[in-house]
Amino acid sequence: MKQINRLEFLGALYGNSALPDEKVKMEAPVNEFANKVIPQFDSRANTGLTQYSGPFGTTQIAHLLRRCLFGVTKADIDAFAGMTLDQAIVALTTASATPLPPVNTYNNANFTDADVPVGQTWVNTVMNTNSVNANGRRKVNFKQWWVGLMLNQERNLTEKMTLFWHNHFATQLNIYNDARGGYKHIALLRANAFGNFKTLTRLVTTDAAMLDYLNGRTNTKNAPNENYARELQELFTVGKGPDSHYTEDDVKAAARVLTGWRVDVNTLTAYFDSTKHDTTAKQFSAFYGNATIAGQSGANGANETDQLIDMIFLQQEAAKHISRKLYRWFVYYVIDAQVETDIITPMSDLIVQNNWEIMPALVALLKSEHFFDTLNFGCHIKNPLDHLVGVCRQFNIAFPTSANTVDQYKGWGIVADALLTLGMDAGDPPNVAGWPAYYQEPQFHEQWINSDTLPSRNEYTDALCSLSGVTRNGVNLKIDCIAFAQQFANAGDPNLLITDSAALLSPNDIGPTQTAFLKSILLSGQAADHYWTDAWDDYIGDPSNVTFKTAVETRLRSMYTYLMDMAEYQLI
Amino acid sequence: MKRKSFIKRALPVATLPFLINGLSFKAFGRGSAFDDMLRAATQTDRVLVLIQLNGGNDGLNTVIPLDQYSPLSAARSNIMIGENLVLPLNGTTATGLHPSLTGLQNMYNDQKVAIVQGVSYPNPSFSHFRATDIWLTASDAHQTLATGWVGRFLDQEYAGYPTGYPNSTDPDPLALQIGNVVSTALQGPSVNMGIAITSSSDFYQLTSGNYDPAPNTPAGHELNFIRETSIQTQLYANVIKDAALAQANLSTQYPAAGTNSLADQLKIVAQLIGGGLQTRVYMVNLTGFDTHNSQVDATGGTHTGEHADLLSKLSTAISAFEDDLRLMGQADRVIGMTFSEFGRRIQSNGSLGTDHGSALPVILFGSKVKGGLIGNNPVIPASVGTGDNIEMQHDFRSIYTSILKNWFCIPEAAVSAAMLQNFQTLDLFTESCTATSINDPDAADGTIRNYPNPANGSTVIEFQTTGGVIQMKLYDEVGREVETIVEGTYAPGTYRTELSTHKLEKGIYFYSLQEGQRKYTKRLLVM
Repeated sequence: MKQINRLEFLGALYGNSALPDEKVKMEAPVNEFANKVIPQFDSRANTGLTQYSGPFGTTQIAHLLRRCLFGVTKADIDAFAGMTLDQAIVALTTASATPLPPVNTYNNANFTDADVPVGQTWVNTVMNTNSVNANGRRKVNFKQWWVGLMLNQERNLTEKMTLFWHNHFATQLNIYNDARGGYKHIALLRANAFGNFKTLTRLVTTDAAMLDYLNGRTNTKNAPNENYARELQELFTVGKGPDSHYTEDDVKAAARVLTGWRVDVNTLTAYFDSTKHDTTAKQFSAFYGNATIAGQSGANGANETDQLIDMIFLQQEAAKHISRKLYRWFVYYVIDAQVETDIITPMSDLIVQNNWEIMPALVALLKSEHFFDTLNFGCHIKNPLDHLVGVCRQFNIAFPTSANTVDQYKGWGIVADALLTLGMDAGDPPNVAGWPAYYQEPQFHEQWINSDTLPSRNEYTDALCSLSGVTRNGVNLKIDCIAFAQQFANAGDPNLLITDSAALLSPNDIGPTQTAFLKSILLSGQAADHYWTDAWDDYIGDPSNVTFKTAVETRLRSMYTYLMDMAEYQLI
Repeated sequence: MKRKSFIKRALPVATLPFLINGLSFKAFGRGSAFDDMLRAATQTDRVLVLIQLNGGNDGLNTVIPLDQYSPLSAARSNIMIGENLVLPLNGTTATGLHPSLTGLQNMYNDQKVAIVQGVSYPNPSFSHFRATDIWLTASDAHQTLATGWVGRFLDQEYAGYPTGYPNSTDPDPLALQIGNVVSTALQGPSVNMGIAITSSSDFYQLTSGNYDPAPNTPAGHELNFIRETSIQTQLYANVIKDAALAQANLSTQYPAAGTNSLADQLKIVAQLIGGGLQTRVYMVNLTGFDTHNSQVDATGGTHTGEHADLLSKLSTAISAFEDDLRLMGQADRVIGMTFSEFGRRIQSNGSLGTDHGSALPVILFGSKVKGGLIGNNPVIPASVGTGDNIEMQHDFRSIYTSILKNWFCIPEAAVSAAMLQNFQTLDLFTESCTATSINDPDAADGTIRNYPNPANGSTVIEFQTTGGVIQMKLYDEVGREVETIVEGTYAPGTYRTELSTHKLEKGIYFYSLQEGQRKYTKRLLVM
């Protein structure tokens, strides 16, 4: 592991009590209003994994989609209307096809990629001087492409689960610093997004980007490097939960098991070099049943890695650890004793029973009474991707099409750059533990919101909803408020327009005061509803009339700007 | 304003705090009101308060053309104000005010109100939305503009806003809407140049308005968390709050809170102006002028009813506001202007009301407003048809132009750029934009000087003049007028005057000599 003070994040992860003999400096919470302790409520969802059997209407569909997609559109909800919960889950768990790889859109007057023509992919190029020179541009290009995939997500969990795994098996592109590796790593996560946790862990263990990032490729019998062996246990599998008791010796033993893995930097493929492998026997602690992994020589040395994974995945703690992460990703961050008993443990049982397939447990969670308990509605603070990709999708913001890939990537790049400002640079989480919003007690999701990021979130939506929109490098992104309003059947009724808009954009009722306030915008301070109706009907009757159009557009732009500046808009 | 409060508020924008003989003073940083006064190009200490009367005000029952009483009565007999009830105005028998406008009557007679007659624009719109947009954007009738007239003005003055704002030079909002939504009038070419605040008790709800309390559920917990963060991070929350805390309302004329929404709004504006906020344009509004029916009360008489109530609120609010500003010593900095999207029809309808019309009077007020009537009474034909409207005499954009040019003193070219066309300039103010030469307050030239400085009890100010009308005033640290030191016509020569300082609070002051087109300012330290 590089560039991280592990004490800091360990302390943050588990509280000081978990590390009594280490002086841990907790990073001060950025936001003075964030949790000082895990919050408690008058009432908590005391429901379990029993399948939800109540009504499955717009409210429930919207709740499910808000948690499974980045941003929910009216068209998304309409597409699920009429489905049963089972049918909806089948649709959401049907993976998207493998996307086309990123292509060169970065040539310009100052730079030409000698190996890759514009419009062709660079992901399979060999490492040479040009690759080194092009790497910086390719990294940017890769992140644009990834944001593009999220912006163009299909109505299933592929993108949200790919990001989930990225947060779980966190790597930092700017540290392993090879765009090709970034692509391959994310492609691996996406291909296994709905797959088997154990299999994915084995694949990630010898993934080129991970071998570089956590120093596996320099882990040799003469100079063992424990970095990956530690994170494999502490972060990726059994975790540091109350019943996880692996030892420092287990870390050392695992590191020795993993010696010998190398990376061919030219082709960016992993290979096993038996001459670097420690062939002595590796003894593990009682936590692993005092297991011994016998040393193997030659090419068989690589088999020890499989045996290590097999041994770790005998521990239900790994299933509990990933279940807690899924819960915090899809539901809420408060895991109290009741959630631990009624949700986490049964989910982990399902994972073990299904030989580490993830989907049975995730499906059970997403279908559960607990998930559809109204106390779990609208309490999840959007991560920056929920917020930014969400607003682009919700308002169907027009991006340049594939007819002009250069502009198309620039458009995605506007969002990618904004994500950096908001603290979620996909491809470069802050450290190997992923984003603090998913591990840092007691703030958790509140980590996303502080005195810098909240105004920035508002500024982005304000700008997208402004007269001129956002323009960068000749690409303009702008919300079409009229088109958004027009998708509602009763847009001419100011009350229904506000109700319908707010219901789509906020999972929580915005309340009578804010509703009245939005209405005062639509009516420009007039008392009678028909003034809006008349203006809307004028526009519908003659959409080409600029005066009619401006009258409704000005008011809608203002109304939606305020709606998105409300605290409610930050929740899903 | 108490000095302590000001120093506290101004700390982020001050350059350096320093100590003189054990007294803590704020070095005079850019961004203070006085510093802005020293800027020669634009009079940024001047304030405009726009009062929007939503719905379309019946101008003919507001400013009543007594010389047209007979034909007007014929056209609107069921709502016509009794002739003997009309409030007279000094200097004219031809024009009077609605009986509810006693406050405005007094201000008019004190030369603090100008009434511009027959304000409209060619081919007026009768649609609320369209007409409102025309007034706010200053467009032609057949032109659609997405930007507001104030927004275009501010965009010229504050290029690049909001990027880099607030900053040490401009720490305060450029324009403030009291109410819950920022007006189109403040819309700049890209972003809206104004922000909205909703109430005097809660200055934090700058963008999202008030909201209902959140429950103790997970969702409520996170909502409260985000709202608290939001409150903390409103860019302008602290300067607004501190300005309001720094200046209490001084007038006793305000009606009880909650009984007159316009007065409630203007109270906030007065506090913020008095508290040293450098905001240049404020917008407030009063709704309910769309009096299609029950404009007058069927039983109480035509001088009662909805319109009478609205005008009473308008008059009371403006009168108290002006009184408040006077007591705060801010009256000379502030002008106000009422506007409405249109007037109402000459002929009344059968529901004791009036339908949408066109031209109407615009009222400007303030101690620097040149009082009187501008233009003539509308001419009411002997026989009025249902659709007849009064003639336009003044384009509303002439008033905007006059304000930009002669109140804010922005250069001709910038006026044209903001207004998009050239309009007639009206003679609306008693002070023109004359201060063309302002010297360094610390320079040691001989035109004005004082000794001792710092002053302890008193100081002698010496000044030279080439002859003519001289005015010397003392200002406090934030540019607020403290007193007039010298005023009169002087022959060429050197003069001395003693200024007593023992009643002044310790701190930094400025004294300023106005001599024809020139102005000289010096710093005075009072111990």
